Amino acid sequence: MLLQQEAETSTAFHTQTLMGECVIAKKGISGAEAVVLSLLAEGVECVFGYPGGAIMPVYDALYDYRDRLQHFLVRHEQGAAHAAQGYARVQRRAGVCMATSGPGATNLITGIADAMIDSTPIVCITGQVGKHLLGTDAFQETDVIGISMPITKWNYQVTRAEEIPEAIAKAFYIAQSGRPGPVLIDITKNAQTEIFDFQYRKCLKIRSYFPKRKVDIDAIQRAAELINRAERPFMLIGQGVILSGAQDDVKEMAEKAGIPVASTLLGLSAMSVHHPQYVGYLGMHGNYGPNVLTNQCDVLIAIGMRFDDRVTGRLDSYAKQAKVIHIEIDPAEIDKNVKTEVAIVADAKEALQALLPLLEIKRYPEWMAKFKECDAIEREKVILKDFAPTTPLPKMAEVIHMLSQKTKGKAIIATDVGQHQMMATRYYQFDEPYSNITSGGLGTMGFCLPAAIGAKIGKPNREVIAIIGDGGFQMTIQELGVIMQYNIPVKIMVLNNNFLGMVRQWQQLFFDRRYSSVDMQNPDFVKLAEAYRIPARRVETREQLSDALDEMLHSQSAFFLEVMVEKEDNVFPMVPAGAAVAEIRLE
Amino acid sequence: MQALEGNQQRYTISIFTEDKVGLLSRITGIFTRRKINVDSLTVSETENKGISRFTVVIRTLPERIGVIVRQIEKQVEVLKAFYYTDEQIVYQELALYKMPTEAFAGSQAVEKIIRDNYARVITIEPEFIVIEKTGHEEETTKLFNELKPYGVLSFVRSGRIAIAKPMKLLKVHLEELENISEF
Repeated sequence: MLLQQEAETSTAFHTQTLMGECVIAKKGISGAEAVVLSLLAEGVECVFGYPGGAIMPVYDALYDYRDRLQHFLVRHEQGAAHAAQGYARVQRRAGVCMATSGPGATNLITGIADAMIDSTPIVCITGQVGKHLLGTDAFQETDVIGISMPITKWNYQVTRAEEIPEAIAKAFYIAQSGRPGPVLIDITKNAQTEIFDFQYRKCLKIRSYFPKRKVDIDAIQRAAELINRAERPFMLIGQGVILSGAQDDVKEMAEKAGIPVASTLLGLSAMSVHHPQYVGYLGMHGNYGPNVLTNQCDVLIAIGMRFDDRVTGRLDSYAKQAKVIHIEIDPAEIDKNVKTEVAIVADAKEALQALLPLLEIKRYPEWMAKFKECDAIEREKVILKDFAPTTPLPKMAEVIHMLSQKTKGKAIIATDVGQHQMMATRYYQFDEPYSNITSGGLGTMGFCLPAAIGAKIGKPNREVIAIIGDGGFQMTIQELGVIMQYNIPVKIMVLNNNFLGMVRQWQQLFFDRRYSSVDMQNPDFVKLAEAYRIPARRVETREQLSDALDEMLHSQSAFFLEVMVEKEDNVFPMVPAGAAVAEIRLE
Repeated sequence: MQALEGNQQRYTISIFTEDKVGLLSRITGIFTRRKINVDSLTVSETENKGISRFTVVIRTLPERIGVIVRQIEKQVEVLKAFYYTDEQIVYQELALYKMPTEAFAGSQAVEKIIRDNYARVITIEPEFIVIEKTGHEEETTKLFNELKPYGVLSFVRSGRIAIAKPMKLLKVHLEELENISEF
C-alpha cells in the first residue's frame, strides 16, 4: 500500500510553473528584444539603468521601443536600484532597474539589500558575459547570482534566449506576490543575441512557492475573543498594512473596537496622524506614549510588521505582560522575535476584513487618556524644546514642522538616514497614504535622492520632497544629473549641520563626546545644484525659512533648498540600543 | 561527533527542493549568516522526479530551530523543510577505509575487526584494500579507531542520510499547504 502511494507521488505533483495564456508572440526575435517585450507585457512603463558591455544588446533593443518604454539614465547603478524602489513604493508594483555585468551589477547590491529588508518589489536585470566565458574571470565578469543570493527573494541566470520570457514572468510574479521583495535576472550576452520565437505568458503559480495563506477562521476567532476581552488593547501597524492596502480596514477596526494605533517607521502614513485613535510612532526615536505603553497593554495586535530591534528594544523586556496577536503574511516572521499567542498568517487586509465583524464596539477612555498623559510629557520635555527658537539657526524639527504645515501633510516625503530622517518622520504630519519613503531596515545613506526621483516619476501629480542630511546627500549627489536631464520636479531639502549628526549624537551620549570623523567640510551645495541647472537657495537664518519654503513649494520645476540647521541638535525621545522600550529617554 | 554546547540539540533537517542550480548556496547561506556550522550535508534525488532532498545536520538551540527551518522554507524553490531530533528518524552514514594490503598478511586481527564490526571488503588491489561500513557516526569511528594501529591510509565518511519515522507523505504535506494557500 505504502509503495503504491509513494509511486503515485511522482505523478501527483503538478508542473513546476503554471503559466497563463500567451499575451504577446513574435517570431524570430533576439533575446534582447524579448527582454523589452517581456517588460512591456508586464505593464512596465519605465526602467532605471545604466548601459555597459554585457547589456548592450538590450540597450539596442530599448532604442527601438523608446516611445513605449522610457529609460532613465542614472549616474550610478545604486541610484537605479533606489529609484526603482521609490517608484515601487508609490506605484504599488515592481520597479525595474538594469545594469551591465561586473561593476554595474555590484553597484546595484546596496539597493537590492535595501529592497530585501524593506520588502520592496523590484526586478533587477543584469547583463552577463557570454555563456562560454562564465567562470573564466572574463572582463567584467562577476558572480552576481552568488553575490545577490542572500539579498534577493529569488534570482536566476539566463543562458539561452528561450528562457527569457518565463524567467521574467516568474521574476515579476515572485517580486510582487506574498511578501514582496527584490529579484534579479542575470542574462548572458549570448542569450541576448540569440534569435528565437517569442511567446509571453504570465506566471500564475510556482509549485514550491506559497505566497499567501487563506485566512484561518479559527485563529481569527481566537484573536477576536482576546481583543473583545481586552482591557488595554494596542494596535501596531507596519508596512504590511500599506502593501496590502489595508489602511481603511485599520481605521475601521480602530474606530469600532476603540483601540489606539501606533505605527512603525515604514508604517507611517498608513493612518492619518490626525485620527483620534492614532497615538504615534514606535521605536528608538518614536513617541513616548507608544513606546512606554507597549509595556502596559494587555493585548498587542501587530499587523504587517516584524518586531525589528529598533521597535522592540531589549526583547526580554518587551511587552512581556501582553498577549500578542501577530497578523503577518510571512510565516517566517511568526515567533521570530516575539512569541505570539495567536498567529494569523495572512494578508493584512484579508485578515482584518475577517476580524472586523467579530469585534465588539468598545471604548477605553482611561487607557486612551494614558496616551494623552504621555503626549503631554513628551510635548513639554521634547517637542516644545525642539520647536523653541532658542538657537541662532533653526532646528531640524522647526523646519519639518513648518514644511508639514505648508503642505498640510499631503506631500510624499522621501528621507535618507540619520537625524533628519527621525525628525522628518516624527514631525511631518502625514495625512495621505503612500507618502513615506525611507530606508528603514538597512538604513542606507544615499537612498533618498534617487528614491525621490523614482517616486516623482511614479506619481508625477503629487508633491515629492526629498529631505536629506548633508552626509547622505553626498553619497548619491550625482543623481542631480537625472533631475536635470529629465526635468523631474523633485523638491530637495538638505538639512545641513556640517556634521554626521546621528553618529555625533551617539558619540555625545555613549562615547564621551569623542567626535571621531563626524565633522564634515562641505562644498557650496547651492552652487553645485545650480551647476546642475536646478534653482537653488540657502537659508541661513530662521527668518528666511518660511519664504524659502514657499519658493520651493511654488516652484514648477525641481528646486534645491539648503537649510543651515543647529549644529549640535539631538533627537529625543531615544530608546538607547539594548535598552527596554520603557527605558526611553526624554533628554 | 561534534560536542553539544549549553542547551544545544542536534537536529537533522530534511529539505525538499526543486532540482535547481544555486539552491545549495541559498540554503547553506541561511546557516552561514547565523554562524551555524553544518556538521553534515547530503544532497540526493528523491522518489519524486525533479525534486531533491537535502539532509543537513546542525547543532542549535531548541528555540531557534523552528525559526531557521522557516527561513529555509521561505526560499521560493524550497517545497518543504522538516526538522527532527535523532529519536524521530532512522539514519545512517557510510564510511570507507583504505588499508595497506600487507596489514592483512600474517595475522587475522584485521579480518576479525571487520567481522566484529559488520563491515565488508569491497575492493582488493595489490597495494590496498577498501573496507566499507555503514552505521552511525559512533560506529564508523569505532571501526576507524580499531583499524588505526594497522595503518589506515585514507578514511572518508559520508554525510548523514535519514528517513523520518512519521508516516505522512511529502505529497500530503504539500496538498495541505496548497489547500491553505492563495495564489
